[in-house]
Amino acid sequence: MAAKRTKADTSANASRPASLSKTPTGIKGLDAITLGGFPKGRPTLLCGAAGCGKTLFAMTFLVNGVNKFGEPGVLMSFEERARDLETNVASLGYDVAELVERKQLVIDHVYIERAEIEESGEYDLEGLFVRLGYAIDSIGAKRVVLDTIEALFSGLDDTAILRSELRRLFAWLKDKGVTAIITGERGEGQLTRYGIEEYVSDCVILLDNRVEDQVTTRRLRVVKYRGSSHGTNEYPFLIDEHGISVLPITAAELGHKISRESVSTGVSGLDDMLGIRGYFRGSSILISGLAGTGKSTFASAFVNAACERGERCLFFAFEESPDQIVRNMASVGFKLDQHIDSGLLDFRAARPSLYGFEMHLARMNRDIDDFAPQVIVVDPISAFRGPSSEIHSTLIRLADICKSKGITALFTSLSSSGEQMTESERSVSSLMDTWISLKDMEANGERNRVLYLLKSRGMNHSKQLREYQLTNHGVHMVDAYVGPDGVLTGTARIAQEAREREAGLSRKQATERRRREVARKRAAVDRQIAELRAALETEEAEMATLIEQEEARELAHGTERSEMAAIRGVRS
Amino acid sequence: MIVTKKDDGFVADTPNGLSESESGEYNLRLYVAGQTPKSLAAIANLKKLCENNLAGRYTIDVVDLLVTPQLAAGDQIVALPTLVRRLPPPLKRVIGDLSNTERVLVGLDIRPKTGSST
Repeated sequence: MAAKRTKADTSANASRPASLSKTPTGIKGLDAITLGGFPKGRPTLLCGAAGCGKTLFAMTFLVNGVNKFGEPGVLMSFEERARDLETNVASLGYDVAELVERKQLVIDHVYIERAEIEESGEYDLEGLFVRLGYAIDSIGAKRVVLDTIEALFSGLDDTAILRSELRRLFAWLKDKGVTAIITGERGEGQLTRYGIEEYVSDCVILLDNRVEDQVTTRRLRVVKYRGSSHGTNEYPFLIDEHGISVLPITAAELGHKISRESVSTGVSGLDDMLGIRGYFRGSSILISGLAGTGKSTFASAFVNAACERGERCLFFAFEESPDQIVRNMASVGFKLDQHIDSGLLDFRAARPSLYGFEMHLARMNRDIDDFAPQVIVVDPISAFRGPSSEIHSTLIRLADICKSKGITALFTSLSSSGEQMTESERSVSSLMDTWISLKDMEANGERNRVLYLLKSRGMNHSKQLREYQLTNHGVHMVDAYVGPDGVLTGTARIAQEAREREAGLSRKQATERRRREVARKRAAVDRQIAELRAALETEEAEMATLIEQEEARELAHGTERSEMAAIRGVRS
Repeated sequence: MIVTKKDDGFVADTPNGLSESESGEYNLRLYVAGQTPKSLAAIANLKKLCENNLAGRYTIDVVDLLVTPQLAAGDQIVALPTLVRRLPPPLKRVIGDLSNTERVLVGLDIRPKTGSST
């Protein structure tokens, strides 16, 4: 119900007077999860086991309050002395002493040592109220942190008094209208060791520092938030020299704007293979391949091309040091050091085992925010080990972050030998818009490299298997020979091409020979025809002579007969 | 012999207290907040207790933190009422309305812990 109500509130945006107003923490990501921060004028419980960053969180809340929102704050510390606190948070870049000097912050260390205190009769914690009230009023504080108020339980005997006084304290804080953070140590089976979540129930945040496979990941969860909807998942967060950042939620809908612009891959032959002469800007590209197939080289080609266009690139290296990449890429003609010098290219190198996967993501997210690149490269994603579900969700978030910011992201992935996809490839394949597979072809005692486009969304792309060579001036694409015997590469291709040329030549010669033969035959036939015709003519001539002689004889014969009749006396 | 502190007059009081400590005097300060029943009980209990056990060897300040809240942090006051033995050193604290005399005497080191059986 509460969630519904607030959803309506946020959409109507304070159209109702009763809507819960919030105090932003200024911690990147946390304000997004809580939709604006902690409940204003109410206490929030921040609990977690030892060493999960409760004090730093609380301190960040106060320091941001002063620096970003102009709200003075009071820190009542039951554990650490003011000077120790100052030193500890200096590692986050906070100059607390200066804030105290400027009367923007009061740090009051409450020291309770059971051995020094004797209890005699009834008492209450009015002294604490007086101190806190005085500190708040002296600087007009709007934010209060009580750092591990449960220390009181170990300092004082009468827990019944403590409990009723704590209840009174939290009610009093609400009356004061200050936004308070109460930190508490995680207890067995309950959120805090002494169960003070019973009294602070408006907003409860749980911090966690888990070790999985010897890698720790800090996580945060909003356990409850009265009167407001909030992100309910566990979110990784990061504490380092830049302060605290919480990785925000993955956008639930696929609504990012897309670009129709293409960006060159840095390899002209590969540009030709892609229908739009490059990758789409803001798309995700996966280059997978075996060891030594040149994944990093393709990535560097892309980075090099992008830098030459004047775009900002961020290169996350998880296998090689930046120097090593720069040196190695110089051997294929990419002068990455120039781009580093000009400030267009920056490397972020870390061992994959340094943090958990999600911590890496949190770090990358922050780096992306800081550097504002147009292109990022993650080389390689397969370096991360862990449960596939975690890798999947993390990479989804990373791809999502990039897409929402319009960043073209190129990922490389080391495939295992054999045909099956690696865990990381399988988990990200659906996220990738373009997938280039680099392969090794081993034949005739040599190894050659070919690539093909497994997929490329939204463009008509080449389906051909192409051989490529890594030369000292970049990547060079060669037409692969595809013949009846399969794909031939390298010297086999050259040999086959020679064989083909030879075969072609002999075929040509054979045709020529046939043609000559036919011509000869034709001449022979012609000659025969002429002979026959001549023979016929001779025969005809003879025949005519014979006929003439016959006729002459016939005529003579007739004359003779009539003469003979006359002679016999027959007159007619 | 009761000095009720309303102001920051206690600062001037300190050297005086020092000299008294050398003569084995007890410099006690009772922190209260307003005239609550607990405060009044504590003051009465303390007076009685000192007269019975430290006659002529003590000074008592009563500090009302509602009047001078800035003094609370200095003596690490959390619970009220709190009785602080400022002299002789070391600093000792007893919290509560001081109704349990035995524990106050132990807390102020007037009577050794072994002797206290309530």
